[in-house]
Amino acid sequence: MTNEEIKAKIVEQIYEIAPEHEGETIPETENIQRSLEIDSFDFLNLLTGLNEELGVEVPESDYGEVDTLEHMTDYFAKRMT
Amino acid sequence: MSIFKMPSLGADMEEGTLMEWKVKEGDSVKKGQVIAEVESNKGVIEVEIFEDGVVDKLLVEPGTTCAVGTPIASIRKENETSESQQKEQEVSTEKTVDKKVAETEKTIEKETAKPLAAEKETKTIPNPVEEAPKNAESPEIKISPAARKKAQELGVDLNALASKMQGKIGAAEVEAAAKAAKQKKRGGSDSMRKAIAAAMSRSNAEIPHYYLSTSINMTPALEWLAEQNKKRSIKERILPAALIIRAVVKALQAVPELNGFWKEDGLQISETINPGVAIARREGGLLTPALLNAQEMNLDQTMKAFHDLITRTRSGKLRSSEITQQTIVITNLGDLGVERVYGVIYPPQVALVGLGRIIDAPWVIGDALAVRKVMQATLAGDHRATDGRTGALFLDKLNQILQKPEEL
Repeated sequence: MTNEEIKAKIVEQIYEIAPEHEGETIPETENIQRSLEIDSFDFLNLLTGLNEELGVEVPESDYGEVDTLEHMTDYFAKRMT
Repeated sequence: MSIFKMPSLGADMEEGTLMEWKVKEGDSVKKGQVIAEVESNKGVIEVEIFEDGVVDKLLVEPGTTCAVGTPIASIRKENETSESQQKEQEVSTEKTVDKKVAETEKTIEKETAKPLAAEKETKTIPNPVEEAPKNAESPEIKISPAARKKAQELGVDLNALASKMQGKIGAAEVEAAAKAAKQKKRGGSDSMRKAIAAAMSRSNAEIPHYYLSTSINMTPALEWLAEQNKKRSIKERILPAALIIRAVVKALQAVPELNGFWKEDGLQISETINPGVAIARREGGLLTPALLNAQEMNLDQTMKAFHDLITRTRSGKLRSSEITQQTIVITNLGDLGVERVYGVIYPPQVALVGLGRIIDAPWVIGDALAVRKVMQATLAGDHRATDGRTGALFLDKLNQILQKPEEL
């Protein structure tokens, strides 16, 4: 899977969690939780959904590495190859 | 024989729309079973019944809007004969309904807590397909061609707009309607705003609040939780919010005076602990549905129930018991970066627990300074029901419990 495909999967999951942002461009370098008003509950749902889609589980200790769309894409890309 | 009435799903609710029956006449029902779906200012709510029996008659059709307290079904005991058998001579069922309305009004008069508009007539929502075109073509309202064009662009329903206006509709009116519709979407439904406004105004007018706050070292609890979550799959992870809710429930067991209601000039302590958890909805608005019987749940069960409750608040349906039986409210604004929450109590409850953001802060250990995860827990208490001392005992207990997370 290319980085672009991974990013598309993440964006798809974000739309699922926060349907009011559907169709919007998700900012690449802003904190996902803060810019999209996703609370810790929905953030866990997002990671659970991505785990099902991409097969990568993000441990809590790595939450700092998946704070933005860009970082999250890199994180999954690194672990999927 | 007993009568099932349109329930009040909030202090300010005057009417509700019966959306769907989940049972049919002749069905046996059990206490706690969902028998209907009702649309109220809190969205679509699954309405439960509070007795065992058999559905004798369904008195209103789906789509009917009726006042709170209007009889909507009759329930007979398992061995009771049905109403229709009893009153075969009575040709018109309407008469029965009228009689029931009168009886219900009497009972409602006795229930002083809710002086509700039971005399309001049951009314059916007008069928928009039949009604609307008549309005739009009505000679009193002129719609300019520009307005028609604008309406199509902005997706404004001209028929609906025409029914609310007089005279002429121009492009400006259409634009205003589109703007209003958009704002409404952002701010949550008007009726939900009204519900919150009514409850909060009453609270501020009636309840003499006192506020207490304490700093809690969350490092032991969060470290313990991180260890637990490491052993779990992502689906079984426990959020800090669930752990704190569990700790609040345990603290309330030690200080039960904060869990209950102020009614008839006295404190009524509730045996069950049903913490209402403030949950924002994505489309706007806020609900505080209850985790029912939280005192019977361990940490895992608390997380599961919390997960289920948020999911249903945001995308599904809540039950009538969940939105009416809260005994205290817990509000957590920590996700938004707020450090302290000074809450407003939901009457007739007598306390509200506020939880702030967990921050890295200097913390004294012995005679040294260290950095710890620190959370501000606040308590808003009803001074008629309890004194600051009770609130202080509660916050102290909460702090102690959070220092020994393994006991949760």
